[in-house]
Amino acid sequence: MSDVTVPMTDGGSRPLVELSQARPSGRAGLVAFGALTLRDLAVLRKSLTTFVIRTIMQPLLFVFVFTYVFPKVGQAVGGSGGAADFSSLLVPGVVAIACIFQGIQAVALPLVQEFGYTREIEDRVMAPLPVWAVAAQKIVSGAVQGILAAAVVFPLAILIPSSKVSLHVDWPLLLTVTPLSAVLGASLGLTIGTRAEPRQVPLVFSVIILPITFLGATYYPWARLSSIPWLKWTVLVNPLVYMSEAFRASLTPTFPHMPLVAIYAGLVGFTVALLWLGTNGFRRRVLS
Amino acid sequence: MVTTGVGNAAAGAAAPETRRVVIKTTALTKVFPGRDGAALTAVDALDLEVGEGEIFGLLGPNGAGKTTTVGMLTTRVVPTSGGATVAGVDVVAEPSLAKQAIGMVSQSNNLDRALTVRENLYYHGRYFGMGPRRSREAADELLERFRLADRAGADVGTLSGGMAQRLMVARSIMHRPRVLFLDEPTAGLDPQSRLALWEILGELHDLGQTILLTTHYMEEADQLSDRVAVMDHGRLLALDTPEALKRSVAADTVVRVSADGDPALLARHFEGFDGAEVVRMVDDTTVAVEVRGSKGVLPRIVEHAEAGGFTLSDLSLTEPSLETVFINLTGKDLRE
Repeated sequence: MSDVTVPMTDGGSRPLVELSQARPSGRAGLVAFGALTLRDLAVLRKSLTTFVIRTIMQPLLFVFVFTYVFPKVGQAVGGSGGAADFSSLLVPGVVAIACIFQGIQAVALPLVQEFGYTREIEDRVMAPLPVWAVAAQKIVSGAVQGILAAAVVFPLAILIPSSKVSLHVDWPLLLTVTPLSAVLGASLGLTIGTRAEPRQVPLVFSVIILPITFLGATYYPWARLSSIPWLKWTVLVNPLVYMSEAFRASLTPTFPHMPLVAIYAGLVGFTVALLWLGTNGFRRRVLS
Repeated sequence: MVTTGVGNAAAGAAAPETRRVVIKTTALTKVFPGRDGAALTAVDALDLEVGEGEIFGLLGPNGAGKTTTVGMLTTRVVPTSGGATVAGVDVVAEPSLAKQAIGMVSQSNNLDRALTVRENLYYHGRYFGMGPRRSREAADELLERFRLADRAGADVGTLSGGMAQRLMVARSIMHRPRVLFLDEPTAGLDPQSRLALWEILGELHDLGQTILLTTHYMEEADQLSDRVAVMDHGRLLALDTPEALKRSVAADTVVRVSADGDPALLARHFEGFDGAEVVRMVDDTTVAVEVRGSKGVLPRIVEHAEAGGFTLSDLSLTEPSLETVFINLTGKDLRE
């Protein structure tokens, strides 16, 4: 900084409030990233009851009706496989739905509000880190919540059914596809959150979220769609398909699932594409 | 007012003419693409220098480019051309570094609604690298100073407009920024809250805080600023101390004359008044006459009006204000 003459009305150089010493950007950015995440976790802790309720309601009712009520009342479910089969089949599906749904809820809904009438985003964007890092932090928070949601729903899907659920957990697979799926869900949330206006939210639910969940190979293995070829190939544009298949491969490998290569390629491909779309959308909304 | 690290020993010691420049813009320009292909130049080759410890007022009507200027200085608007530094840091090349030096109070209430009053300060401190303990202490101290301590645990949604504004100012200085930006800080505030904010800014100024504020309230710019930049259509029209700006008006008295009849005729009639520098219509019944030499002007005004066949209904006499300056510079009222 140079000393330059500035005309002033009243003489005298005043002491500054404090000359905050600039820290290296990289370190300051990391600290800010961590603090933003702390803030999100504090908010999550405050709303833990709401978090649990909104996470478990849909899978709870679904599992309850299809794997407890249906078998008890003698209603046929799950095609030829029978009730026991269907209970196991459903586990990876509901876990995947919980994971993607939470990613969207945790990232997209607050963002729509923060970009909209409250402009709360301005304060977070003024924190000393690059704009893309603010977006990345949203994804980290969303992904953590997605993993939590999956963990909360998992026991429900095992305990509620009237018949025994049989799982064969492939840990290495599970431990890699879970974080990947959670990041994918949060990235989808970022993309939706930066592109939807507040008044479009109801539309987003019916046009994006409902088709994604119902056509996400959640209630049936993707391979069984062979009898409806056009649907089998069309649903490949749905990122939830790869998440469901990933959880299916890691929890219930006895059911048919996509080849692992296709699963990983789908997860990684969609994650990269949505990360790019979401981060760009974020930049566009924040900077002008 | 503000927390730590302030001594008064240096006050008045340094030469008044040399101050470090903390904000500098060089031909700073922002062009927004328009809807139908027509581009809008919001800020047009702006050159500014703001010295350390100064309160600098950017005055202009809505759409003058004030908010865009602040947006560029605070890294949220990317300049089309030209450049700017804040605390010596290039805001375009190194926005993350520049943000460490910046405190910002924006026009609308952008407090974190998921957090309480205290948490808004606490987490802001944490974003800027303050440790948990230091951030908590600083938050409590600011809450006390800004008379928000009894609302510390409340949701920010329950605050009144004035309280929310005070909290936003407290948050903006939480990390002790080199430069504090306030964009239309008192727009929409009740008169009492406005005065309270002026007081706060005065105290910060006394502590040496550099402040850049935008406003379309003449009085605010006049009362608070060391120097005022008058802006319109993205350009700088004048830049000086409020006193010097007012002195630049040729007249020393503004007489408002209300009379029955056509104000245009009244205005034309007063153009022949001895000592009239500028005559302009204010509204349907009133004409403002800027006069040089205020001695005995009232009886002469009455006489002149009656000689023209006008019946006066009201008469008032004021000194030139920044409003007079603005009208003379732009030919239009700030409130238009």
